[in-house]
Amino acid sequence: MINPQTKLSAPILTVEHVAVHFGGLVAISDMNFEVHEGELVSLIGPNGAGKTTAFNVITGFQKPTQGNVTFRGTSLNGLKPHEVTRLGLVRTFQRTSVFEKISVFENVLIGLHRRTAASLFGTLLSLPKERSAEEALREQAWEILRLVGIEHEADELGGSLPYGDQRLLGVALALAASPRALLLDEPVSGMNASETARFVELLNKLRSKGTTIVLVEHDMPMVMGISDRIVVLNYGRIIANGTPSVIQNDPEVIKAYLGGGIKHA
Amino acid sequence: MKRYLPIIALLFFASVPLWLHDKYYLHTLVVAGIFMLAAMSLNLLLGYTGQLSLGHVAFFGIGAYTSALTSLGFSLSIFGYQITHEPWPPFIGVILGTAVAGLCGYLIGKLAFRVRGAYFVIVTVSFAEVVRLVALNWVELTNGPLALPGIPPLTLGFEWTGYMTFLSKAQNYYLVLAFIAFAYVVIKRLVYSPYGRAMIALRENETLAVSVGISVTRYLVLAAVFSGALAGLAGTLYAHYIQIIDPMIFMFLNTVTMVIMVITGGKGTLAGPVVGGLIFGIAPVILRNYVGPEVQWILYGVLMILIVYVLPDGIVPAIERWFNRPPTPAEKNGSSLALQTGKGRA
Repeated sequence: MINPQTKLSAPILTVEHVAVHFGGLVAISDMNFEVHEGELVSLIGPNGAGKTTAFNVITGFQKPTQGNVTFRGTSLNGLKPHEVTRLGLVRTFQRTSVFEKISVFENVLIGLHRRTAASLFGTLLSLPKERSAEEALREQAWEILRLVGIEHEADELGGSLPYGDQRLLGVALALAASPRALLLDEPVSGMNASETARFVELLNKLRSKGTTIVLVEHDMPMVMGISDRIVVLNYGRIIANGTPSVIQNDPEVIKAYLGGGIKHA
Repeated sequence: MKRYLPIIALLFFASVPLWLHDKYYLHTLVVAGIFMLAAMSLNLLLGYTGQLSLGHVAFFGIGAYTSALTSLGFSLSIFGYQITHEPWPPFIGVILGTAVAGLCGYLIGKLAFRVRGAYFVIVTVSFAEVVRLVALNWVELTNGPLALPGIPPLTLGFEWTGYMTFLSKAQNYYLVLAFIAFAYVVIKRLVYSPYGRAMIALRENETLAVSVGISVTRYLVLAAVFSGALAGLAGTLYAHYIQIIDPMIFMFLNTVTMVIMVITGGKGTLAGPVVGGLIFGIAPVILRNYVGPEVQWILYGVLMILIVYVLPDGIVPAIERWFNRPPTPAEKNGSSLALQTGKGRA
């Protein structure tokens, strides 16, 4: 089922028997899937299918009712979101999430939090080691801004960027947190075609660097074009799991989700 | 120019006792300075992490009582054990008072930051009230409402340097000024470091901050420790300067004074509490020549409302906006992070 281009390796992320109940409502029932190192897996499904809930469970923002998530051999059960991030599993959010009143450059500096080496004592004494660490951090921030392509807006406030660039800044923040796997929640929703094209370009750049990516997205042409594998959710249940071409021809997917086909999506 | 402003201000304030000889005015400045220091500590929590501590006077009072008792000595019996403490030099009291207040900041932070926002306000208010009741009722230790009189003034020095006792107004003025400069540098280094960035990130968007790996508890508690310790330091200076303290030190009004200083000056800015502290520290002295105390309180209220209404971010951010109008709102050197540039783009 896996795209031949993807090397078969041990799964980096494993979701086993995960279920989430909100009172009587079953948001996710018995979800199982794996993501391999370097893969780009998309999670699709109609609104309310449980995609964002799945993200929340994986990244520690939501405790599963049952089941287990393992990332690079470590169980994420009971870990707090910031601890999950420290393991290298970093997410972005569905709604634009940037620090609006802070400059773009400093947004990225905040994102680099995990990479700071400054000790509290050294910081208070303003030791040379801490100052050079800060200098190195600034250099890394520029690198990330250039990679994402918003370095010309470094001085703008996060909240004053055009919408598409705010989404890019959100990704820059996540990238700054040194992800081994990046979870993107509807990154191109609300973007126009050229912004989406730019975003796909960025995703390809990240993939060439070996970053594993899990994508929740409604933009079907983009998902079909970029994914190694697609996991389809409906009513909190996985109804299909396979390459884009397999998914496109899966009768249950067509029935449950795509309706009349993908051409209008 | 902006870089040198703090140094120019420091030099100016250092020159004040040279031309201002009126003891009453100097006294006013010393007390204003002590409260300014407390306001600076409050700003670390309120301005940089966004958590309002409405019981900040507790740290101030704990610092004052700890230092006073350390330098006065005490004797009390608990559960049949007799504990006697011989008086220690006041500077040890200052260190202990700062440390104990910092420890209280740690405990309150650990407890209260599980519930943030309004609940944090309630926890801190309750904490201050509990501490006040203890100070009022544990007569054996604190003398209760009879106050702790005769607190020795601060003495610094070693056998080989000779000793200096901070008795005069001018001496105490310089002492307080030195501690304000010290606190300013500590706070500045903290908020411009990755630690401060983490605090500001939590203030601006907690969910996003957590998603990049910032631990909420760790950084809020860190801020509470520094905030509590600096407020405690201000309290110790107060005790050794006024030389008598009673449970009235825990008055809610004292917390309100600090909050007003921070909010009018500009929360989340380094200079905000300094400017606010100057205004509300000196205003009573100027106003008393013209109006009675009742009218003064009304005037403060009006002033406060006016400032909050016209300059919701406070005075310092407003001045900054005025000077930064044409160029970019956020400079590359990182200065804007610690300053609320929120509504600054016209």
